[in-house]
Parts: sequence; C-alpha cells; structure tokens
Amino acid sequence: MNWMPAIFRRRKLYDDLSEEMRLHMEERIEQFEREGLSPIEARRQARIAFGNLALVQQRSREVWQWPTLESVLADLRLALRQLRRSPGFTLAAVLTLALAIGANAVVFSVMNTFVLRLLNVPRADSLYALQHANKASGHQSYLNYIDLRDRNRSFDGLIAYNVSGAGLDTGGNPTSSWIEEASGNYFDALGLHPYLGQFFHAADEHGPNSAPYIVLTYSYWHTRFQDDRSVVNRVVRVDGHPFTILGVAPPEFHGTLMFFNPDFFVPLVEDNLLNGDDMSARGSLALFETMGHLKPGVTPAQAEADLNSIGAYLQKTYPKEVGKMAFVLRRPNLYGDFLGRPVKAFMAGLMLLTTLILLAACANLGSLFAARAADRSREVALRLALGSSRSRILRGLFTEAIMISLAGGALGLLGSVVLLRALGAWQPFPGYPIHQAVDPDAMVYIVAVLLALVSGLLFGAVPVRQVMRVNPYEVVKAGTGRIAGQRTSARDVLLVVQIAICAVLVTSSLVAVRGLARSLHANFGFQVQNTMLASTDLSMAGYSGDRVPAMQKRMIQALQALPGVEAVGFADTLPLGTGLNDTIVFSDKTSDLRPSNATADAALLNVSPDYFRAAGTALLSGRSFTWTDDKNSPRVAIVNREFARKVLASGAAVGQNFKMKDGTRVQVVGITEDGKYNSLTEDPVPAMFLPILQSPSTSTQILVRSSRDPQILGPAVRSALHQLDPAVPLDIETRDKPMATLLFGPRMATVALGVLGAMGALLSITGIFGMAAYSVSKRLRELGIRIALGAQRREVLQTALGRAFKLLAIGSAAGLLLGILASRVLAYIVYQATPSDPLVLGGVVLAMALLGLVAAWIPAQQALSVNPLALLREE
Amino acid sequence: MTNPSPRDLFPGALEMMILESLRRQPAHGYALVLHIQQRSNNLLQVEEGSLYPALQRLLKAKLVKAEWGVSATNRRVRTYQITASGLRHLEQQISSFERMFQGIALVLNPSDSPAS
Repeated sequence: MNWMPAIFRRRKLYDDLSEEMRLHMEERIEQFEREGLSPIEARRQARIAFGNLALVQQRSREVWQWPTLESVLADLRLALRQLRRSPGFTLAAVLTLALAIGANAVVFSVMNTFVLRLLNVPRADSLYALQHANKASGHQSYLNYIDLRDRNRSFDGLIAYNVSGAGLDTGGNPTSSWIEEASGNYFDALGLHPYLGQFFHAADEHGPNSAPYIVLTYSYWHTRFQDDRSVVNRVVRVDGHPFTILGVAPPEFHGTLMFFNPDFFVPLVEDNLLNGDDMSARGSLALFETMGHLKPGVTPAQAEADLNSIGAYLQKTYPKEVGKMAFVLRRPNLYGDFLGRPVKAFMAGLMLLTTLILLAACANLGSLFAARAADRSREVALRLALGSSRSRILRGLFTEAIMISLAGGALGLLGSVVLLRALGAWQPFPGYPIHQAVDPDAMVYIVAVLLALVSGLLFGAVPVRQVMRVNPYEVVKAGTGRIAGQRTSARDVLLVVQIAICAVLVTSSLVAVRGLARSLHANFGFQVQNTMLASTDLSMAGYSGDRVPAMQKRMIQALQALPGVEAVGFADTLPLGTGLNDTIVFSDKTSDLRPSNATADAALLNVSPDYFRAAGTALLSGRSFTWTDDKNSPRVAIVNREFARKVLASGAAVGQNFKMKDGTRVQVVGITEDGKYNSLTEDPVPAMFLPILQSPSTSTQILVRSSRDPQILGPAVRSALHQLDPAVPLDIETRDKPMATLLFGPRMATVALGVLGAMGALLSITGIFGMAAYSVSKRLRELGIRIALGAQRREVLQTALGRAFKLLAIGSAAGLLLGILASRVLAYIVYQATPSDPLVLGGVVLAMALLGLVAAWIPAQQALSVNPLALLREE
Repeated sequence: MTNPSPRDLFPGALEMMILESLRRQPAHGYALVLHIQQRSNNLLQVEEGSLYPALQRLLKAKLVKAEWGVSATNRRVRTYQITASGLRHLEQQISSFERMFQGIALVLNPSDSPAS
C-alpha cells in the first residue's frame, strides 16, 4: 500500500471538500436572497438547511481515513474475549509458539554473536586477517611477518600476535595465566585507547627482549588486581623475569580472537625470553595470526594481490625456507576459516532446523485455527447474515492469530534471554580462558518480533479460504457438522507437513547421538582409560638448557617409583591436544630441499623412551626409544604407518631413512599404529615421533599409566612432583579430561540436535493429538451409531483414527527421507554421523510410531467409550 | 449529536438516489439536493449536508467521479458523474431493493398477496 501519496492525496481531497461545501452555502444563500430574505436571515436559513457543517465535514473526511484506533481496539477486545473463552487452546498455542520462537531466538543470538558480529574494535569492518590460501591457518614466521608488514601497500599497519601461557608472579604467588604476545603496533593499529596508563608501541621494540612491558586486560585487572589503579608502573615477574605493567586495556576489548580471553598482553619481541622460540628462523611459523585494517579505498581483492606479490618475492628470495606463499583475507573473529567455516556451517544448519521447528509450530497452529474456524462456522455465518463483512471477520481472526503469536514471541524471547545469560557465564573448558557472552541485542529482538508476526500471519491465513467459502444461508439452515465432508482438507496437508518436519528433526538428532557415541569409542591410536596426565612447562619455573632434560628424567623416575604405576612417559605435545606441531619432510632421495618438493607434512611429537607404553600406542615393529637416543647418538625416529606409506620406500620400513627440513637424515627405528592427531574427523595423517633428548622441550606432558583409582593416584602424582620442585606449576587430570575439549563441538551439536529433536517430537504429539481428538469429536454421533449397530472395537478405532495414522505414516516416511538427506550436512560436525545405519532408521520408525500411539491414546479412549444411547438421546 | 436527523431511511438509500440522479445527468452537490427534493415532492426532507459523506463514499468506491468546472449559471462547481461501475452497482441495488419493497408490501398488505 502506498502510504505517502495517500497522505498527500488526502489533503487535496479535504481541500476540495471544504471548497465545495463553501460554494454550496454561497449558492443557497443567493437563492434565499433572491426569494426576498435579508442577507443575515438568508445566511441563517442556509445554515439550518445544510445541517451541522462541522459534523458533515467530519463524517465526509472519515470516509477517507484508515480504520481508526477505536475500531482496532474493538478488534483487540473481541479477540481477547474469544481467546479467553477457550483458555486451553490459547495456552497450547502460546506455549507452542513460545518454544519455537525461543529456540529461534537462542540460535539466532548465538549466530549473531559468533558469525554476524564483528570484532569489538573501531572500524572493524575493514579489519582482515591473513590466511594461507591452501590451508585454514594463519601461522607465519616472524621474519616473513616483518617483510609483509613493511612491504605491503594495502594495510594501515599489519599486526601479529601469538597465544601463549605464562606464569605471573606479583610477589610470592605464581599463577599460570594466558597471554597474547602482540606486535608493538598492535594497539595503535587497532585504534584502541588505554583504559588506564598506556600501551606499548612500535617504537618500544629494539630487537629481542627489549620491551619488558605488559598491558592487562580490563577483566584480569578487575579480578586479579581488584581495580587497583596504582598497578601502573608496578614491576611484576612473568616466568621469573621482571616486567613493568604499563596500563589496562579498555573493558570491551579482550584480544583479537573472539571467545579467547587472555589475561594480559606482552610485546612479541619478548617471545624469545618467555617461550624460547627462534624468531630469527624464517622457516619457523611461530606467529599465530597476522591482521590489519585495510587502507581506505583498498578492496580485499587488491590487498590479496598485493600480499601475493610479496609472497612470490619471499619465495624467490628464500627458496629453502619459504614454500608457496599465497593469501586470502578472512575475518579474524573465529581465526578465519579454521573455526569460522565449521561454526558457520553448524550455525546455518541449526538455524535451518529451528526455522523448521517454527514452521512445524505454524502448521500445528494453522490446523488448530482451521479446526476452530470450522467449529465457529455457525457464528461466522450469523455475523455475515447480520451484515458483517467477510473482511471484518477475517480481520478478527488475524487479530487473534497475531495476539497469540506476539504473546508466544514475548514468552519465548524471555525464556531465551534467561538461557543465554546462563550460556554466557558458562566456561566450557576448565583451564582455558574460553567463554563468550551471548547478549541478545536489538537485532535479536527485531528478528524475534518479526518471526512472531510472520508466523502469526502464516497460521492465521490457514482458515481464510474456509471463511470466504462460508455460505450463511446453508450453514444456518443445516447446522454444524456437515462441513467435515471433504476428502483431503488443508488440515491434512498441514499435518503431513508438520509430521514430516518433526521426523526430520528426530532423524537428525538420532543420527547425531549415534555419531557421538561412535566417536567416543573410535580408535584414537592411544588408550584413554587408566591414564593420568600431569602437564607443566618447566620454563615457567625458570628451567632452561641442560637442566630441562635432567629435571624431566627425575620426574619420570619419581613417578615410576609410585606403587601401582605400570608405565610413565612424556611428550612435548599430545595427539589431539593443543599446540601440536607439524613439519615438512623429504624422502631420502630428494636432494633439492625446497618446501615445494616436500614429500609430506607430518605431525611431529617429541617423546620420552617409555611414551608408547604409557600412552597405550601399539608399536607394530622395530624398537622404542631409549635414554641413549640423545644428542650424541644418530638421529632416529618412530613413524606411523601412514608416514611409512607416504614417505618411505616399499619394503621393510624399519632401517630406512628420510630427510628433515634442514636436510638432517633420520633413520626409522620403529613403526606405530595410525591414530588421530589434530581432530577426530581427520583422514589418516603421517606422524613421526622423535626422541625428546634429541630435540628437548620445556613443555612436559607426563602420562602415567596405572589401574589405580585416579582419586588416589592424582594426589600421589602431585606430591611426588611437588617434592622435586615446588615452583613447578602442575595441571593434573585424567587423560579423558582434555579429550572432552575436543569432543565439545560434537557434544554441543548433539545436545542442540537432541533438544530440537525433543521439540519436534513434542510438536508432532500435539499435532496428531489435535487432529485425532478433533476428528473423534466431530464423528462422535457416527461412531455411536456404528457401535449401536455392533461394530467391534477394532473397527471403531479404524474409523476414528485410521486417517490420523495414515497421515502419520506418510509424514514420517517423507521426513525420514528428508532427514537422511539433511544428515549429510551433519557429517561436517559430528564425527561418523551417517544416516545409513539400521539402528537410526529403525529408531526413527519406532519413535514416530510411539509418538503416534501416545498422541492418539486419549482420543482412542474417547472413541471407544462412546455411549450410543446417551448420544442418540441428545439429538 | 443531539440532533438525530431523519436523513437515511436505510443504509444505502441516499447513495442509490444520488446515483439515480447522476444517471440522468451529471450534477454538482447543490443541484443534486434540489433534484432529490423536487423528485420526492419534498417528502424526503434530507439535510443538505448529509449528501456530502454519501458523495465521498461513492467517490471512494469509484462509483462516481468528480471534476471542477463552471456551471451553466457561470458558477465554479464540482460536478459529479456516474462511472460504468456506478451504473452496474445502481442496477443491482435497484433490483434488490425492488424485491425488498415487494416483500415489505406483502407483509404489510397480506390480502394483496397473489399466493394466498
């Protein structure tokens, strides 16, 4: 409808009207004057003849106006009265919608927070992170970063950062904390201003370990320093080294990775001191991510071309260290595509499913409304006969629908806000600063209200055709009950659609649950059971150089001495843990060791002699490492089967050689089974294990294999290690704890799908119940006659519920088929989610049949208990 | 209003009379009033003003159209003209009202009923 022209046109209409009436009066006055009245008397008589001028004008204008507020209020009052007359219907409708809209609001809020919203920094829309074109990763070496930063013409300052752990000691209380090591230009390029004190700047960097400053995040300042404003310029110890607190970052900024909340920021040039990384090695990808604001007018495509030309230059200049270097720009929030793609896919899938829930709810309410309209056809006919217009009656029906949908929307939104509060405060990974407040913003409210309105219009529209067809004469003459004669009504179609949607949801949730169950019992390439994990980083206690392996050996010996311990081993990183390294390797025949000639990219773990026994990884052939595999003995490695297949020549693998990135020849001394290293869903990955004494690391993940109760073993491990050096910070947990982190995604997916599946089941119950109850109540008289004529219980049930079950069967079959198709999307997130699983298929069929039975139980009882005598007497 | 005017006999009657007048010839508001009063032999004492809301309704329903012009007596007037759909509407109304009048007449004078 065109509002604006209508308003302007109305002004002209009013003007015409006034002018016309003025001319009318003039003509009448002249007429009276001609008849001999005095001018004053003529005017008076003309007024009397015309009537109330103002009232006439008002009535004439009203013709052109919208239905006034008054009549809208009247509609509302009528709708309220109608709804109050059937509280059960109203409550069921509002609750159904509240559930559906609540689910949509929750999912949309989460999607809004993680996918739609940008990072909370100024000009976030021009902030892009660099991602390798061939891999969802942003890792970069420091020297490459410097070149990219200084040679590009597209960014207003390219920043880099690293995520790391560090021990912070403000005076006798070392605690491990999470930090972002940031380039000097970090805060300035992001356009941030300190909440307190000041930031570090690019000018503070003068080579390695030249800027011993830290900047606290606001929340860490709040919790650890209790908002103490005098912390600025205080000297604290980070990993035992003195650092000065420069300032506090603004409250809304918690680092450049969305849900990761570091405690403080340290200049990247201090990395050497804190982590011992070799920043001067061009081949060592020590940086986690680089990003920057595009200069005004520069498009992402132009910036990519610019970066790629620098990449080509670097590859040409440093062929040994730099492989093919091409970039794509991505949003930094979720570390580019690495988390971004699965999260986006998952959220889109979830959004689709919740939309389906809403559609099913609308179908449900639509059929309820249609049934209600059918019951009210007499009332509608009467109103039509009394001169009401059809549009007026439809307006009433829509007002009812919209009122229900708005009430349901408000309730659903309220519930979702409560749920989201809890979700935002939840820390899913103990020990990691990973959490993200999911605050519903204006966007969420708008979407919820829109959804409510649209669904109200959707299910309100179902009975329109019915009302338009009502013939007042027929209905009043024939009474009710003769309308239920059509073969397939819109209600049947709606029910089938609704059941199909619900079957999709039930199928998806069963597929997800099965997938999760399977991935929990998959072969990881190591045994999770009966293993304790004690992890530490010796650098946090000030160990370095030769003191590190010596201490590690003492720790192993101390733990081996504990009663009931079968094996103790350690590694610098664990499979399926955080920070797993990988490196390129070359076959023994390769002589030109440029990265593009690499034979494979293999996972790299540095492990102690007894690691394999402690981890429960089967050694298929060859030998394990010993303490004599140290710096003075030849370089050796144990590789998995995939590595042997890809890198080594055919034949016996043990005894063959391969080359490392720097050209070192390494001899394979053992073969282990394949396992999972980076993710549960990965295809077989080549992996190699090197003796820890040949490549020492301060990061120490000790595995203790023992069948003793972890409740007893844990404290024993802690006290044994504590006696060696109380300054070493320790995390002790069972081996399956960190695995929970890994299964977080699939688990969340399963919970979400489970909830949606339950909602789908609930909706199909209400749908079938509504349909069955309605058809039984409509046909009570017919059923009574059948019973009076001697129909058996089976036949009565057949008559009463046959249709409902037929519809259930059709809907379920369609839903199952669609669900199987939809599950292909699920395979993305839930490991081993496959719909072609007899258990799943059987489960869905069984579930839908059970739902049908539950829903039809009460109507069936009603049908069977029909008393023909009572019914016939009533007529 | 305190003044219950005896304007409409039943809803739509005034509109019907206006349409009927306009079918004979286009006219402006004042002329319509005069015409209706004369034709009804002044039996229908209609307040002149009540014509205008009815005219607006007809305009809105596009049963008539209006144009500013100059009358034969050289006055500036807004002349109304019946449209094609106005004509159709009028015919329907008349036939249905005729049936109604018949019915009313039968009820009021049962002795005249041809059926009995």
